[in-house]
Amino acid sequence: MSSAGRLPTGGLIDRARPIQFRFDGRSMSGFAGDTLASALIGNGVGLVGRSFKYHRPRGILSAGSEEPNALAELRSGARREPNTRATTVELFDGLEAQSQNRWPSLGFDILALNGLAGGFLSAGFYYKTFMWPAAFWEKVYEPLIRRAAGLGRSASAEDPDHYDKAHAHCDILVIGAGPAGLMAALTAARSGARVILADEDSLPGGRLNGERHEIDGRAGSKWAATATAELAAMPNVRLMRRTTIFGVYDGGTYGAVERVNDHVAVPPPFQPRQRMWRIYARRAILAAGALERPLVFANNDRPGIMLAGAVRSYINRFGVTPGQRLAVFTCSDNGWRAAADAAAAGVSIEAVIDSRSDVAPALGADLVARGIRIFRGAQVIRALGSRALQAIEVRDHTGRVSSILCDALAMSGGWSPVTHLTSHLGGRPVWSEAHAAFVPGTLPPGMSVVGAANGAMTLARALASGRDAGARTASDLDRTVSDAPLPKADDEPASVRALWHVSGGRGPAFVDFQNDVTAKDVGLANREGYRSVELLKRYTTLGMATDQGKTSNVNALAILASERAQPVAAVGTTLNRPPYTPVAIGALAGHHRGKDFRATRLSPLHEWAREQGAAFIESGAWLRASWFPRPGENDWLESASREVRAVRSAVGLTDVSTLGKIDIQGPDAATLLDRVYCNTFSTLQVGRARYGVMLREDGFVMDDGTTSRLAADHFVMTTTTANAVGIMRHLEFCHQGLWPDLDVQMASVSEQWAQLAIAGPKSRETLTRIVDRQHDISDAAFPYLTAREITVLGGTRARLFRISYSGELAYELAVPAGVGSAVASAIMEAGKDLGIQPYGLEAMGIMRIEKGHVAGNEINGQTTARDLGLGKMMSRKKDYIGRVLAERPALVTPDRWGLVGLKPVDWTSRIRAGAHLIPIGAAATTANDLGYVTSVAFSPTFERWIGLGLISGGASKHGTRIRLVDLLRGTDVEAEVCDPVFYDPKGERLHG
Amino acid sequence: MKYSIFSILREGLRGGKGWTPAWREPEPKPHYDAVIVGGGGHGLATAYYLAKEHGLTNIAVVEKGYIGSGNVGRNTTIIRSNYLLPDNTHFYEWSMKLWEGLEQDFNYNAMVSQRGVLNLYHSDGQRDAYVRRGNAMRLAGVDAELLDADGVRAMAPFLDFANARFPIQGGLLQRRGGTARHDAVAWGFARGADNRGVDILQNTEVTGIRIEAGRAVGVETTRGFIGASKIGLACAGNSSRVAAMAGLRLPIESHVLQAFVSEGIKPTIDQVITFGAGHFYISQSDKGGLVFGGDIDGYNSYAQRGNLYIIEDVHEAGMALWPAIGRVRTLRHWGGIMDMSMDGSPIIDKTPIDGLYLNCGWCYGGFKATPASGWCFAHTIARDEPHKLNAGFRLDRFASGRLIDEKGAGAQPNLH
Amino acid sequence: MRIRCPYCGERSNDEFTVLGDADALLTRPSGENIEAFHEYVYQRTNPAGLHRELWYHSAGCRRWLVVTRDTRTHEITNVAFANSRGEGATA
Repeated sequence: MSSAGRLPTGGLIDRARPIQFRFDGRSMSGFAGDTLASALIGNGVGLVGRSFKYHRPRGILSAGSEEPNALAELRSGARREPNTRATTVELFDGLEAQSQNRWPSLGFDILALNGLAGGFLSAGFYYKTFMWPAAFWEKVYEPLIRRAAGLGRSASAEDPDHYDKAHAHCDILVIGAGPAGLMAALTAARSGARVILADEDSLPGGRLNGERHEIDGRAGSKWAATATAELAAMPNVRLMRRTTIFGVYDGGTYGAVERVNDHVAVPPPFQPRQRMWRIYARRAILAAGALERPLVFANNDRPGIMLAGAVRSYINRFGVTPGQRLAVFTCSDNGWRAAADAAAAGVSIEAVIDSRSDVAPALGADLVARGIRIFRGAQVIRALGSRALQAIEVRDHTGRVSSILCDALAMSGGWSPVTHLTSHLGGRPVWSEAHAAFVPGTLPPGMSVVGAANGAMTLARALASGRDAGARTASDLDRTVSDAPLPKADDEPASVRALWHVSGGRGPAFVDFQNDVTAKDVGLANREGYRSVELLKRYTTLGMATDQGKTSNVNALAILASERAQPVAAVGTTLNRPPYTPVAIGALAGHHRGKDFRATRLSPLHEWAREQGAAFIESGAWLRASWFPRPGENDWLESASREVRAVRSAVGLTDVSTLGKIDIQGPDAATLLDRVYCNTFSTLQVGRARYGVMLREDGFVMDDGTTSRLAADHFVMTTTTANAVGIMRHLEFCHQGLWPDLDVQMASVSEQWAQLAIAGPKSRETLTRIVDRQHDISDAAFPYLTAREITVLGGTRARLFRISYSGELAYELAVPAGVGSAVASAIMEAGKDLGIQPYGLEAMGIMRIEKGHVAGNEINGQTTARDLGLGKMMSRKKDYIGRVLAERPALVTPDRWGLVGLKPVDWTSRIRAGAHLIPIGAAATTANDLGYVTSVAFSPTFERWIGLGLISGGASKHGTRIRLVDLLRGTDVEAEVCDPVFYDPKGERLHG
Repeated sequence: MKYSIFSILREGLRGGKGWTPAWREPEPKPHYDAVIVGGGGHGLATAYYLAKEHGLTNIAVVEKGYIGSGNVGRNTTIIRSNYLLPDNTHFYEWSMKLWEGLEQDFNYNAMVSQRGVLNLYHSDGQRDAYVRRGNAMRLAGVDAELLDADGVRAMAPFLDFANARFPIQGGLLQRRGGTARHDAVAWGFARGADNRGVDILQNTEVTGIRIEAGRAVGVETTRGFIGASKIGLACAGNSSRVAAMAGLRLPIESHVLQAFVSEGIKPTIDQVITFGAGHFYISQSDKGGLVFGGDIDGYNSYAQRGNLYIIEDVHEAGMALWPAIGRVRTLRHWGGIMDMSMDGSPIIDKTPIDGLYLNCGWCYGGFKATPASGWCFAHTIARDEPHKLNAGFRLDRFASGRLIDEKGAGAQPNLH
Repeated sequence: MRIRCPYCGERSNDEFTVLGDADALLTRPSGENIEAFHEYVYQRTNPAGLHRELWYHSAGCRRWLVVTRDTRTHEITNVAFANSRGEGATA
C-alpha cells in the first residue's frame, strides 16, 4: 500500500456522488468523475499491473490513453475486456476490475523471476536459442513461451453487447477538444460551417481540466465548459464526446469509435455498447495535443513514478495524489508546474531535480522561497523500492550522489506532439530540434494541425492557432468568419532541453514499459545491425505493445541516434499505423455477426415453400428449399428420391426464381448476345429459347443459361444463381466499355419475376389447367424450346418457356414476383390429382446429374467449353468474347480433362465427389492422377450412385474402368467411365 | 558468431557486450557474379541458396530500404502447402520441407510452429472442392485430413456453431501447416547469406538495369553502377516497376492487402483457422496477439495501406466466425503491396533478356513460399534453367494457356 | 476512398466494383491473333502513379467509369464515363 490517496478538497469530481467498485476482489469507493486509475490512487493503490516480459510490478504512469502499465481486465464473464487502460475507464457503480498477467497474485508473481534473468533475456534472445533439439521448439519451448505471453484473458462466450455503425458528413472535423480544438471549433462553427468536434475524453477541455491555467481571468476548465455549452447549442455542430478518431483513410474519410455505454455497467436496452462512425469531412483540424515523455533512468518503472502532467491531472482534476512526499525530475520548464500544483494541494515536495543547469531563475522561485530542495544540472540516476517507490538517487551537478526519500516521482522528459493521424496516409513527421520532438510533416489532404499537436506548446499560442485554423478553414469553404477577440491566456515558459538517457544507475532503464524494452536493448539492437528504426522496432518489440509506443518511441529513437552518433533527424521515425488507440473488434464488425453476418435473400416463393414444409439451406446469398420432408421419411435422401420419382413419373414443381434474369432490348440486342455467347443468338426465331454458353475472354467457361427471344429486339436472359450479379456487370461492361455504339439497353429483372419449373410427363396437363384458354400450349402449338408471353389464372401476366433441366417434358413459368406464391399454390392445386409434388435443390441436383448437365462443380473457372462437351457450340462464324484465347495450344490438347459419367462397377458402392481418378493397378500419386469426380448423386431412377467427372482424354475413355480414390475418407472404388448423360440420352422425354 | 545456448549464457554474464552484428554493412563491389534485386524474404533466400547450394559467393543483395521492409514483415505469418494443382502442390510442399529444417540450417530461430491450418467449409459444394484439394495433396504425399463439424468443434469449440449465417460443416486440416516469425525469416536468411560471403547492400535503390547487346550486365543504383553477370529480380509488389527498367511488361498488378493484429491476450486459438464463408484467416502469435486478415482492397495500389470497407469486412467475418472476440481490440493494421499475377500463381523464370531472371507473382501467398522460392530461383539463376519444381511457373504460360489457376478466377488479379 | 460518380455524385468506393486498367481493357483487339489477345488480357503496365482504371457503380447507376487515380496516394483526379473512353473531365 502506498501513501497515495484522496485529497480533502479540489478536483472536478462530484464528491456528492460516491461510487462503489472492486479491484482484485477488494471493495473500494470513488466518486463520479473519477477514472478507474484515479479511484485506485484515491484508495491508496499503487501497484496495478505486471509488465509483459519481466513481470515487473507496475503502477500508473499516465492519466490518458497512452498508458502502458495500468492495464486491467474489466468486467467479467462474457463482458470481460482484457488490457483495459485504467486511465481511460470512467468509474461506474459495480465496476469490477482485475489485475492481469500475474500468477498467483499481483503482489507475488512467480514469473517476476524473469527479471532476475534479464541479462539472458535481452532483446531478440529467442532468435538465438531454443533451436536444439529441433523437435523441442513446438513441444517444449513454444508452449512455455505462449503460456507466459499475452496479457489479459479474452471472454470465452459470445459478446452479449451490440455494436452500431453510422455515417456522418461535415465541412470541418475538429479532432480533440482541448483549448486549440475548442477554439478552432468555435471559430468555424460561428461561421455557419457544419462542424463535428470529437474527443476521446468524457469531459471536453483537454489539459485545461488537468492544469490550473486561467483563460479570460477564470479557471480554464470553466472556460472549456462554457465553450462546450455554446457548441452544443449550435444546430450546425455535432459534439462527440467519448469518441476517438482512430484512423484517416482516403478521400477525407475518418474512422471513429464512440464509446456510447462503456461508462455504465451494462448498456440500456436497445442501445449499443459502442458505435463506429465513418465521418466524411471536407476538412479536418487536428488538435490532438501532445504526450509527455518519461525519463529513462534505472528502475524508472517503479510504481509511484509518474509523468508530471499526469500528477497534475490527478491532483487538479481528480483530487487525488500519487504520494505524500513528491519529487520532480524534469528537463523542461513544464515539469516545475507539477511541483507547484502539488505544493498548492498540500503535498510535500521533497525535491525538484532539473537536468538543465541554466534554468531561468524565476522558474520555481516560489518553491525556493518555501525551502524546497532544488537541483539544477542534476539527474535522478536510479529509483529504489520494488512494489512501491521508496527513494531516488540524485547525482548533482558536481557528480555527488545523494538519496532522497519520496513515495512519488513526477518526471517530465518534454512533450511529443500527437502526430499519429498525420501519418496514416503516409506522411512522415519531421524532427524539430527546437521542440526536441517530431512535429507534423506532410499532411493528409484537407488536414491542418493546431495547438500542441503542431508544436504550439503554450496555452496562448494554442488558442491562437486554433482560432486561426478555424477561420482559415471556414474561409476556404466560402464561409464568412466574424472577428471575435481571442481569449486571454498566459504564454507560460515552456522551454525544454532533451535528456534522453541517464546512465550510471544500476538497474534496467526502461524505454518501452509494457514490453520491457530497455535502453540497453536499444544499444544491443544497434550493435547487432538492426540499425534502421523499423528493424529496431521489430527486433526489440519496441512500440508494439498495446500503447503502440506512445510514451516510448521518441526516447528510443533518440537513444538509437546517440548510439549511432547521428542526429535524431537522420535516424527518422517509424510510421504510426491506425488505429490511434486499439478498437474493439466488435465495433468494427457492427451488426454483421451471427445470422446477420450477411444479408439473407429470400425467393418470392419462400412463403409457398415454407407452407409446403421445405427444409431450407444456405445457398450463397439465398436461403433455398432443399427438400420437402413428408411424414415417415427418415432423411433428405428419402425425400429427394421421392421428389425425383414424382417428376420422372408424374409432375413436380420447383422454385427457380433465384436464377439471374436480364431483360435486353434494342435493335442491337441480338448483336450483343452474339458477341457475349459463344453460340449464335441472332438466328433465334422470335418465340424461341436457346441454351447459351458464355466464355471469359481467356477462353474458359464463365456461365450458362437459357436466353429467349420475345420480340425481334427483345430478349430475356437467364444466368446461374451464383453469377447473376457478375453477368449483369459483364454485359454492362461489354456494352458500355467495348461496344458503346450498340443500340441496346438492359436491366436486371431477377427480383421482378418469380420463376417456377413445372416438370414431368404430366406437366402440360397441369399447366393447361391454369393457363388462360386463349393460349394453346399443346405440343404442336408450343413445342420444345418455345418461349412466349401468356396469361394465367384469368389474366395474370406470365412468360412460359418450354425448357427442361430435369430431362422431362417441362416448362418454366415466370410471373410477377408479387403473385409468385399464389401462382405456385394454384399449380399445386391444379396438379393435385395428377400427383404433383414440390421438389427442392437436392432433387434438382440429382436429376441434372442423371441428365449430365453441368453446374457450378463443373463450370468452376478451370474448364473450357470443349472440356465440358460443349465445344460444338463454339461458333466459327463470328467474333465473341473468349474465342481467340480458347484456341491457345494448352487449351486444345487431346489429353485435357473432359466431362464423363462415372458409375461404380459394384452397383451397391457409394462414390463421392472429390475423389481422384487413378488407373487400376497404378500407385495413388500425382503422376497417375487422371482427373477427379466433380459431382455425385444417388439416382433413384437407376437405384445406384452415379457421378460426373473430368478425366484426361474425356470421351475417349468411355467404356474403360478407373479407380475413384478418396484418400481423405479412405475409399477406393472401381468405376466405369461412361457418357455423362445417364438418363434418356436421346432426349425423347423432353419432346414428349 | 554462432548462436547457441552457450553464446546466450556467455553474453548474459558479460552484459551482452560481445554480440556482433548479425550481418555486415559492406561497400558495393564494382562487379558481382550475381546481383539479387530486393532484400526481402525471397531475395535473401535466393542469395542464401546460391551460396549454399551452388557455391556462388560473389553475390550482392540490393535493397532500397532496410532488409525485410516489404511483405516478409507485413504478412500474417502463415505457412502451409495445401494446394490443389500439381505445380503448386509440389513446390509448396518442398517449401514446407525446407521450413521444417530451416532454423538449424541457418542458425536462427524463426519460430516455425506447425500448429495446423484448418480451412472451414460451409456448404456441400465447398466440401467437394476441399475434398478434391485434400486428395490432390495426399496424392502428392502432403498431409491432409477432412474434419466434420464435430471434428472442428473438438479443435475449436469457441467458433460460432449455434447461430451462424453459414453454419460450419467441417474443415480441411493440414497439421504440418502453421506459422513462422516473419521478420526472423528475413533476418535468418540475411545472416546465413552474410556468413557465406554475400554482400547485403541496404539503402541501395536500383534506378536502372543496364543491358548491352541483349544481355543484362548490371544495375544502376543510388550508390553507383554495380556490374553483374546475372541479375535476379525478387521485387514483389514493385516487380512491374523494376522489370520496366529492362523494358519488360509483366502479367502483374500491384494490389494492397491489409493485415491486422490485436492486443496480446492469453492463448485462446491454437491453429490457423480460415473462414470459408467470407475471406478471413486468423491465428495467435507467440506474444499473444491475434493475427488476422482477409481480402485485398481490389484496386491497384503502391501505397501500403488500405481503406475502411475492407477493414470492416474483415472484422465482420471475425465476429461471425468467433463471436467471443468482440471486446478484444485491434491494435494495428497495415498494408503490403502484393504482386498479383493473372492466374494467381507465381513466376520463377528466365526472361527474354539474357542474364536477367524473374521471381514474382506471389499474390498473397509469398511468405510460405520463401524458402522454396529462393531455392528454385537460385537454381534457375545458377543453372540458367528452371528446376523441375518451378518448371510450371513460366512467364510464357499465359500465351500458351498452361495456366495454374487454383481458384478458376481467370485473368482478373483482384479475384485471386 | 470517395469516387465522384458523374451521374450520382460523390460516393464511398464500397458502392463500386473495380475491374482494372482501363487503357488495357477498353482496347479489345479485333482479329484472331493470340498474341494480341494475350497482350490485351494479361499484360499490364501497372504504373506507380496515375492509373486510368475501370470502376462500375454497382450499388448506384450501373455505369462503368474511367477513374484516374494515383496508385501511390490514392488521389482521384478525374472520373468519366467508360462509354466515352474516359474522355471528358468531371471530377
